Amino acid sequence: MGRIWKAGDNISTDEIIPGRYNVTTDRAQLAQAAFIEYRPDYAPGVRPGDLVVAGRNFGMGSSREHAPIALQASGIQAIIARSFARIFYRNAINIGLPILVCDTLHAAVEDGDSMELDLTTGRIDLPDGRIFQVEPLPEFVLKIVQAGGIIPFVQAGNL
Amino acid sequence: MGTMSEEILSRKLGREVRAGEIVIVPVDYVMAHDQTSPLAIESFRKLGKPLFDPQRTIIVFDHIIPAATVQAATLQRGIRNWMAEEQVGNFLQEGICHQVLVERGFVIPGAVIVGADSHSCTYGALGAFGTGMGSTDIAVALATGKTWLRVPETVRFELTGQMGPHVYAKDLALAMCGAIGVDGANYQAVEYGGSAVRAMNISERMTLANMAIEMGGKTGLCEPDDVVDEYLDGRARTPYERVLPRDPQYSRVIEIDASSLEPMVAMPPDPEHLAPANELGDVAIDQVFVGTCTNGRLDDLEIAASVLRGRTISPNTRMVVTPASRQVLLQAMERGYIQTLIEAGATVTNPGCGPCIGRHQGVLAAGERAITTQNRNFPGRMGDPTAEIYLASPATAAASAITGYITDPRRLS
Repeated sequence: MGRIWKAGDNISTDEIIPGRYNVTTDRAQLAQAAFIEYRPDYAPGVRPGDLVVAGRNFGMGSSREHAPIALQASGIQAIIARSFARIFYRNAINIGLPILVCDTLHAAVEDGDSMELDLTTGRIDLPDGRIFQVEPLPEFVLKIVQAGGIIPFVQAGNL
Repeated sequence: MGTMSEEILSRKLGREVRAGEIVIVPVDYVMAHDQTSPLAIESFRKLGKPLFDPQRTIIVFDHIIPAATVQAATLQRGIRNWMAEEQVGNFLQEGICHQVLVERGFVIPGAVIVGADSHSCTYGALGAFGTGMGSTDIAVALATGKTWLRVPETVRFELTGQMGPHVYAKDLALAMCGAIGVDGANYQAVEYGGSAVRAMNISERMTLANMAIEMGGKTGLCEPDDVVDEYLDGRARTPYERVLPRDPQYSRVIEIDASSLEPMVAMPPDPEHLAPANELGDVAIDQVFVGTCTNGRLDDLEIAASVLRGRTISPNTRMVVTPASRQVLLQAMERGYIQTLIEAGATVTNPGCGPCIGRHQGVLAAGERAITTQNRNFPGRMGDPTAEIYLASPATAAASAITGYITDPRRLS
């Protein structure tokens, strides 16, 4: 079981981690700045295995990889959104952060609720018995995820 | 047969590709800057390969230059050391990456250029498939000379008519964001066609293409024509051919009559929230900024200077002007624009990204309000998250500097 941190529609990379916190590549420091202004309770409160459940177009804006790294380093299992902005989506896949699309989950859960995600089947179980299914990853993207990210994917001779 | 994206990628691959297909495509250039290089270098080192081609590698220092903090200086020293190790062929510290890549002739029709900056879509102004990626994608391209792409569908804007007085490419770019929203072209390419685009110079086309990502676009393409050929004459690094759409199928075509447009302003929290400048009422402004890869070029400074000539900015506001490149700054000095701007009370900074990303040269305090010619107004971008950012053309920004509140430039003339 992981706890849900809800985020709205059109959350930009500036809200995930403001640009002025990007002057480091240190993962722990980036994690401390995750959502620092959008929701200051996130970094001190997030626990390993928690999940971010977002609305439409999550991660719009900058190409900065600091954004998915900050969330990954904060310990979350996955991000489940109604949709993702393109560059953020690629960046998350590349670094091996599970990033999944489910159109209906966002409206069905509250901030702080618990949920269970089975990453292999994409099935989501809520404590009250409701079940949701994330959309399957495109085949090519799935291969990158299965390799553990784009670096091992390339090292294995793909691309 | 296909859209510009399909045509460009088909040529690169030597076979016809269609929207939806995943392709592994060779790239012409790979670019990263002082903010995105450090993570790219980390990933590049993990790959354990040499650069695919040092001459096709471009590093630009533009985001925090000169370094404003010890942290920034340390990261930049690390990049310099890596460039020496890898013998990177192109290191530029003379302005904003997108401006400099165009000025220096790297960007030509039909090229595929990947940049570790989301506004790499700007290269589409000259008919190149430019797209922004994260640092790890860029590391892969640095090591392999290739990237994977899903051939995008295309949203086509037909921009008809001609813009009226004090209406500019920026107003049109904002109107497009308003028309389809900040994810209206997500995972897709954007094409700009029609008489209004054909009448534009390279700088104005760059303003359009630059904001493709503000609609989620993978790239933003204008059709190469004589204007592009004239600009590239003596500048292009390699010969090129025009790549144009051939019997394209668009996912969506949107027509906007440019002659019906007014000076526009995007309001917080993102570029799809629009209002005509003259309908905003009294919105007091603490800081005005003219610059960036969207609107920091010679004609932008000319517009700002022409509005400010013989006037002074309001004592209730402050104004920062950041030329997009050294070349822009030198030409603006030669033509007297810099003199005019400084006499009017503006602070002119060195070329670069300036205060657009809230690191230096004009950071906003809590509750402050700025009008700026940049492309993004997300909360927290220019400083405190409660600061409000309004986006507009250089003319609207300069007019607002004179009055101290958001002002339609037509009201001053």
